[in-house]
Amino acid sequence: MLPEFHLKFKTLLATLSSVLVLVTPTAGFADEINIYSARNEALIKPILDKFTEKTDIKVNLVTGKADALISRMQSEGQFSPVDVLVTTDAGRLARAKSMGLTQIIPNEVSLSSVNATLVDPDRHWTALTKRARPIMYAKDRVDPATLSTMEALTDAQWKGRICIRSSSNIYNQSMTAALIEQLGEQATEQWAKGLVANFARPPAGGDRDQIRAVAAGQCDIAVANTYYLAGMRESQDKATRDVANSVAVFWPNQDDRGVHINISGIAIAKHAKNLAQAEALISFMLSEEAQQWYAQTNGEYPVVDAVAWSDTLKAMGTFKHESIPLQTVGEKNADALKLMDRAGWK
Amino acid sequence: MSRILFWLLLGLILLPLGVVLSSIANPDFSLLQHLYQTVLLDYVSNSVLLAVGVGVGVAIIGASLAWALTQYSFYGSRLLGWLAVLPLAMPAYIIAYTYTGLLDYSGPVQQFLRATFDWQYGDYWFPNVRSLGGAIVMMTLVLFPYVYLLARNAFTAQSHSLREASASMGVTRWHYFSRIAWPLAWPAIVAGMALAMMEALADYGTVAYFGVSTFTSGVFRTWFGMGSRQTALQLAAMLTLIVFVVIWLEQRSRHKVRHATKGNAREPVRLTGLKGMGMALACSLPVFLGFILPVIQLSSWAVSYLPDWSWQDYAPLVSQSVMLAGITALATVLLALFLSYTKRWYTASIPQWAINLASMGYALPGIVIAVGVLVPLGFFDIKLNAFTNAWFGYQPGLILSGTMVVLVFAYMVRFVAVALQHTQTGLQTITPNMDDAARSLGVGSVKATWRVHLPIMKPSLIAALLLVFVDVLKELPATLVLRPFNVNTLAVKAYELAMDERLQQAALPALSIVLCGILPVLLLIRQLRKHEDKYAKRA
Repeated sequence: MLPEFHLKFKTLLATLSSVLVLVTPTAGFADEINIYSARNEALIKPILDKFTEKTDIKVNLVTGKADALISRMQSEGQFSPVDVLVTTDAGRLARAKSMGLTQIIPNEVSLSSVNATLVDPDRHWTALTKRARPIMYAKDRVDPATLSTMEALTDAQWKGRICIRSSSNIYNQSMTAALIEQLGEQATEQWAKGLVANFARPPAGGDRDQIRAVAAGQCDIAVANTYYLAGMRESQDKATRDVANSVAVFWPNQDDRGVHINISGIAIAKHAKNLAQAEALISFMLSEEAQQWYAQTNGEYPVVDAVAWSDTLKAMGTFKHESIPLQTVGEKNADALKLMDRAGWK
Repeated sequence: MSRILFWLLLGLILLPLGVVLSSIANPDFSLLQHLYQTVLLDYVSNSVLLAVGVGVGVAIIGASLAWALTQYSFYGSRLLGWLAVLPLAMPAYIIAYTYTGLLDYSGPVQQFLRATFDWQYGDYWFPNVRSLGGAIVMMTLVLFPYVYLLARNAFTAQSHSLREASASMGVTRWHYFSRIAWPLAWPAIVAGMALAMMEALADYGTVAYFGVSTFTSGVFRTWFGMGSRQTALQLAAMLTLIVFVVIWLEQRSRHKVRHATKGNAREPVRLTGLKGMGMALACSLPVFLGFILPVIQLSSWAVSYLPDWSWQDYAPLVSQSVMLAGITALATVLLALFLSYTKRWYTASIPQWAINLASMGYALPGIVIAVGVLVPLGFFDIKLNAFTNAWFGYQPGLILSGTMVVLVFAYMVRFVAVALQHTQTGLQTITPNMDDAARSLGVGSVKATWRVHLPIMKPSLIAALLLVFVDVLKELPATLVLRPFNVNTLAVKAYELAMDERLQQAALPALSIVLCGILPVLLLIRQLRKHEDKYAKRA
């Protein structure tokens, strides 16, 4: 009696689950990989398609906010279907690791081409691209000789001349977290207060909006990620290109710690079922082809040194960047946000 | 039986709210203290101001439009009658992006002003779009149809004889509006206001882009920035307090006037000449600002990026969005109907607060609902596996998490308020003596419901279906987190591109949301018109 029931119950559950899950056609692929990505679809799908083309591994993708995806992994627990997590900053990877949601990337995947500060010391995650956050200035109103460091942006000469986005934004949070690590909490808080005092307007909009505000004359200096400027310089729209070309990049702190950078990165999920495919994906993402694609398409810097930059990136010049281990940036994120709250950085 | 089902369904709908409220159990005092010392006051005041501002704005625009379009006929008034619903199809964050592009310092309008008058930065005053005031205006422009729809039904239902009786006693048109028509329509107007206010409280996209700190942006900031989901949920729990107040006020207004008068609608007064033109201009302004202008701007952007899209990638976006919205709309309205009817049948044993509680989901940010859904369903899945493993040696894996079921469930939690608002107002227009009359004629209660209620409820039902449909089309945060692999919607696409500051590329999916929303709106209008014509014919 029982075995029969057992069988029926199994079939019932199996049918139920297959009815519940919206199944997309899977014909023709022997292997699959399931990805949760905080990188939005437009910036990852094309390269994943190339991966499928090359390896015959089908990619299933969900994109969303990193912390929400991490929450989903958490509540799905051991049955979570996800194999790899892709994020656009180191902090979230460190968070996923500390929650026990990731595992060591096997030695079969070579991470030696990636700078050690961009890889988790326990090999729970690795960077895939670098994103730099320099100063951008109006070519016609600012003499680059007056610029030097991020700290110098608190000088009185910049009063009412600086545009930067809200402290809710992760790029500002990790920039501040990195400063806490390197300058200490007190000095960083002084810096944040000084910066806020020099704001041209209350923070609003994204990085591109800050660049536009500089071009339009609302402020003279913006702090923004380079790939936004790169994207604007390569825009199909002439007006946008003109805006981007009236603004130039200044690399701050080149004589000391270097400019702030963050990464986009990848980790293997603790309960990954397609481990070999996950390994193949990471190796592919670190290959010259994928690294070059990111540099060309999204103006991000490759993490593998040998890979050539796009012309737009070359035109912005080379730079020295911070060398603190990125995971500390993740750990200090909450402190950074509280500090910015206290400094009145909206 | 149906009472038991009522409480069961209610419990299910309230599960996510329970997760949110239970977060209060273990507070992180140091973090809360930090918030209290720095930003909490901002969150409270901005959220309250936003909700009140949007509430007042939609009431004024929505009710005036409804009044003008039901009482007068003028050039274009029939067309405006349905155009006025269209702003609903426009996601608030999209209109926010559009207007910022137009009106910001670096936008074309101010550039033109500077070029024409040779001004520099600081030489002139121009309202800052990216501000609390701007957020209020943006949301008002897309949310006023909530009031318009409900108020329009209410004004239409007001009887002709009422106006005539008033006129015979020397009551002027203005007095009639302010003393009689307005108070009678008030419950409907407040119902629309409550919906708009709840939606404003739950909004994230607009306030985040404008840099306005509200409870909802605070929830995101605390969760994502400080890594404290618990404290984020606690903020959401505080937000529900504000919502309680909104719902309480709404209920109070309902108590005052229990039953709207029913009767024959009257012929609208024909306005011609300058008066007619003035009216046409005034009435088209909100529609122009809330719909036509943004659509023109979006279209011009969409055209320049059209070659980037392939139909092969685009078709599934449209079909998945429409399918999800359609299924959810049906399920949600059925649920709302069941809840409202059970409440009507068992008035004594089912308190009103039970229905009100079910509406709470509307004011919770989508992402909070997502967490509220993920946690209990994930728990259920894991327990189920443990159970089957122990008894049958078999683990089916996740059978709910990561499926469409979860997504539709989350939508229902979030949007059942919209459907309830309409089923409830619809049911209120059916007076108990209508049921008695039917019963005295020997028609059983099921049959009475079918034959007497359905025709009267029809416009409310269709409005409910449509609104939930459009709301799901626009919904974003919950969709992002809960969707199964490879499921994409238009809103996800539009949002991802817009958040990446590729507004021009986002224009096409945004426009498509509007287009998918328009079709059912047209349907609604046809139904409403039939309904109104029927009243008119009887007059």
